[in-house]
Amino acid sequence: MRNPNEIVAEALTALQACPDLPTLEQVKAAYLGKNGQLTELLKSLGTMPADERKTAGARINEAKQAVEAALKDRRGALQQAELDRQLAFETLDVTLPGRGLAHGGLHPVSRTLTRIQALFRSIGFEVATGPEIETDFFNFTALNIPEDHPARAMHDTFYLQDGALLRTHTSPVQVRYMQDHRPPLRVIAPGRVYRCDSDVTHTPMFHQVEGLWVDESVSFADLKGVLADFMRNFFERDDLPVRFRPSFFPFTEPSAEMDIGCVMCGGEGCRVCSHTGWLEVLGCGMVHPNVFRHVDIDTERFVGFAFGLGVERLAMLRYGVDDLRLFFENDLRFLKQFN
Amino acid sequence: MQFPESWLRNLVDPALDTAQLAHALTMAGLEVEALTPAAPSFNQVVVAEIVSAAKHPNADRLRVCLVDVGETMPVTIVCGAPNALPGLKVPCARPGAKLPGIEIEVAKVRGVESFGMLCSTRELGLEGDADGLMVLGAKAPVGEDLRNWLNLDDTLVTLKLTPNRADCLSLQGLAREVGAITGAEVRFPQITPVPERIQDKLLVQVSDRDACPLYLGRLVRGINAQATTPRWMAERLERSGIRPLLAPVDITNYVLLELGQPMHAFALSRLKGGIEVRMAREGESLTLLNGETAELAPDMLVVADASGPVALAGIMGGLPTSVERATVDVFLEAAFFAPAAIAGRARRLGLSTDSSHRFERGVDFGGTRAAMERATQLLIDICGGQAGPITEVAAGLPQRQPITLRLARLKRVAGIELDADQVARGLAALGAQVERQEDRLIVTPPTFRFDLAIEEDLIEEAVRLFGYDNVPAQPPAAPSRMLPQDETVLTDDALRQMLVDLDYQEVITYSFVDPAWETTLDPDVRPLPLANPIASQLSVMRTTLWGGLLDTLRNNLNRQQDRVRIFELGRVYTSQAEQPLRVGGLAYGDAQPEQWGAAARPVDFFDLKGDLERLFGHALDTRPGAHPALHPGQCAQIWVDGRAIGWIGALHPRLVQAFGLAAAPVLFEVDSQALRQRGLPRYASLSRFPLVRRDLAFVLDVNTPAAELLNALRDAATEQVRAIDVFDDYRGKGMAESQKSLAIRVVIQDTERTLTDQDVEEAVEKLVGAALRHCNASLRV
Repeated sequence: MRNPNEIVAEALTALQACPDLPTLEQVKAAYLGKNGQLTELLKSLGTMPADERKTAGARINEAKQAVEAALKDRRGALQQAELDRQLAFETLDVTLPGRGLAHGGLHPVSRTLTRIQALFRSIGFEVATGPEIETDFFNFTALNIPEDHPARAMHDTFYLQDGALLRTHTSPVQVRYMQDHRPPLRVIAPGRVYRCDSDVTHTPMFHQVEGLWVDESVSFADLKGVLADFMRNFFERDDLPVRFRPSFFPFTEPSAEMDIGCVMCGGEGCRVCSHTGWLEVLGCGMVHPNVFRHVDIDTERFVGFAFGLGVERLAMLRYGVDDLRLFFENDLRFLKQFN
Repeated sequence: MQFPESWLRNLVDPALDTAQLAHALTMAGLEVEALTPAAPSFNQVVVAEIVSAAKHPNADRLRVCLVDVGETMPVTIVCGAPNALPGLKVPCARPGAKLPGIEIEVAKVRGVESFGMLCSTRELGLEGDADGLMVLGAKAPVGEDLRNWLNLDDTLVTLKLTPNRADCLSLQGLAREVGAITGAEVRFPQITPVPERIQDKLLVQVSDRDACPLYLGRLVRGINAQATTPRWMAERLERSGIRPLLAPVDITNYVLLELGQPMHAFALSRLKGGIEVRMAREGESLTLLNGETAELAPDMLVVADASGPVALAGIMGGLPTSVERATVDVFLEAAFFAPAAIAGRARRLGLSTDSSHRFERGVDFGGTRAAMERATQLLIDICGGQAGPITEVAAGLPQRQPITLRLARLKRVAGIELDADQVARGLAALGAQVERQEDRLIVTPPTFRFDLAIEEDLIEEAVRLFGYDNVPAQPPAAPSRMLPQDETVLTDDALRQMLVDLDYQEVITYSFVDPAWETTLDPDVRPLPLANPIASQLSVMRTTLWGGLLDTLRNNLNRQQDRVRIFELGRVYTSQAEQPLRVGGLAYGDAQPEQWGAAARPVDFFDLKGDLERLFGHALDTRPGAHPALHPGQCAQIWVDGRAIGWIGALHPRLVQAFGLAAAPVLFEVDSQALRQRGLPRYASLSRFPLVRRDLAFVLDVNTPAAELLNALRDAATEQVRAIDVFDDYRGKGMAESQKSLAIRVVIQDTERTLTDQDVEEAVEKLVGAALRHCNASLRV
């Protein structure tokens, strides 16, 4: 009988030399297979004398176990190597950009409008809209601006045929809303407005947000409170200085203009605030009784305040845009800065 | 309104510096728009007299002057000005003087030492003729500081007045206001009647008393119109932005600024007969002072003589009857024209005058006579002459009714309790008569306030005088009520955000567009035209968003953008009643941005249809249609709930060319209302049994739309059929040219039991039968 230890040594060498799993299986067959060397050896036991058979059998089995153990180790090593190779092969450059569509973006005016609406909604203002082609009645008369009133000259109205006009402010929505709803009312009306004016600081179309609060006890102090709160939240500046100056709008009395401390220079004085340290940001006031009369609201029972703000103006100040006209040129290089 | 601070200080002089005074005005609602120094800063410039001027020994063009600067000895100054002649009084900058951009020192000029510089207006930064030295009058005191002598340390104040404050369009009115807001004493101009030296009168007739409730006229004879306007008056006029012309005209302008009463002086010799104030007659015209001839309309008020209109009442005088240098006798006019009779007329004629500006807003009819006396006095003082009696025609002047100001109401509107006595004092300082009662004030507004008619007007005045800034800003208290949230309607914001997530950039384009865009996109469309567009390419209201989107595309392609995906949410305008809000989109260039991990291909119809389906949240019913702007074979109308709500398609090749594009963009436009509707989710129980999938390939006519087959199949489907979808459209090899193959996936499942083979076969058979019957489609073998 051949020495099983020699066979084991030979097998271990062969296993160690196996480069891959198929070769490993061949080696396994050569030693442990049906006609493998150790199997043959076991088969030869029968021809041995009985007294030797027991020891020889034990030795062969030991040899077999040794080869099997080595085989298992080697198979594990080869499988691991195979997996490593596969993983290496499948490795991605994870720094490459992702696949698919890009993302678009909101126009800065929409972005600003969304922000304004969210702030006012948070204290219970509803959002209403109205037509942009308006009648003289809603744009002027119902707002206490009679024909030939000097205030009309400030409006530079676009007219269509047959007397219709493009609304010059969002204030007509006030009137329409009050016709359809009874107080208490809290509403804002965002939208496009039009003035026959075009230069460096004017575009013939721009956006306003009108606001209206009507209730039994709403005062000028409340108006100041709401608008100061809004400006400070819009600009995220708790210490933003605000001031209110008397002004004139036919549809409010008392009327006021609201200024905020210049957000560009912090009130030091710069080109944007014409070196005054203040920026005019909106007009407001207590609703004029004549406006209430047009919509049958009892002026003794109800009081209200209204305001109108320019959206482009706020967007310019918030994002540092220095040219109004950029908003309507729709240059993608400009628009994408707000994405 | 512009005026020099010194003039105002002459009438009221609060203990505030210029900036504080400006702030006080602004915070009282009289917004100070600008403060401009009357002259740039310079110093050590005095009035000097040239004693002698000799030729410079070393230079032909220079002179060596001996100049009296008010010291014991004259000083030597080298000067190159041609008008540097003995006897002339000129400004002299002394050594050490700082002028705009230059410092003066003792210096040798071509070998001669010069102790200063004689100055031109330009060298001092003043307005005026730059040629030669600035000439000061003979009265200028030698040695006096020039800034003092010319009152140059003054500030020009520019106010931006709101239209309700016509009473502040005069120095007198401003002084009153400053007095009321600062408490400073006001020295109103003292005006006394001018003695009548002659008895001549001109007949005055007012035919329209509503339009002209008060007319004062007066003759002044024997004036010297060429008299020099005094320096103080000329200076105040200039610093108020009015150029001095001729003394009588300067005087009426001065009274306008001082008292706010527009006046007019007619040359008596040019008037024919008496004066009539009446409405213009059809066909009348008048050559105005500015040389323009105005065609008069019957709603324009005129001052006429026997020959016709001689002035456009309250707006501008006529040229033929205007005062000239040779005028000796004048007819002075001071009137109150009703705002309603003047408003809008000047604007219609393309005019805006100091006079019309004031009359439109309201002129103090209580001060008309004082203004007439003031102007007469100034005229006689400056131009000489003798005044006749004042002719007055008065009727129907506005009445100032007492207004009740309830203190409780004041508190309610202001949100703060104001001291009643303080309010009463403030209103009185504004010129109102105030009667204090227990719980209210009875206030009669003055004649110069046209903006005080109701209680709220007084509330504004009270709060204004108290100071808007002194009213506390308080967060209002209101009952907390939640806002309704309709779950089945998407908001505009949500729609926009979905489009943004689909890789569209939002744009906002003008609502008025080039009419050519409109007709190019649809030759049959009749967009609403603007009566007064600012430009022809912005002259009609858009009926589609595509014009703006295509223009935006074109502009961005010009800026080297090669992939453009944009949308707009905005209205289109077909009539006043129809202004629907639409969503329009456009995609051009590659379907995806150029990237390493996906092959580039141009965006197509189905990319956008897919975007729209994601936007709508369901499969879209699109039907082949014909839109003049779209490619006839790549164009579909979108239907929702039995209504056509929009279009999608590739731009028609004809328009691709018209818009100068290299390839066709794909466009869509849908009604936003339809897009907004969402169903409320409704739970249905889930099946625990396996589902079965069957793929069926149908062969059918190449022109039969897939939707037709799908509809036939869905109509025939049993309840167990969960889904029927197309997963392939095959044409070409192995198919007749007139045919195509549509591969349909059918998913079948029961909620109660596992399906048997027979169940499945029956369901499929029904579908196959329907396909054959309705679409002549047979299973591919």
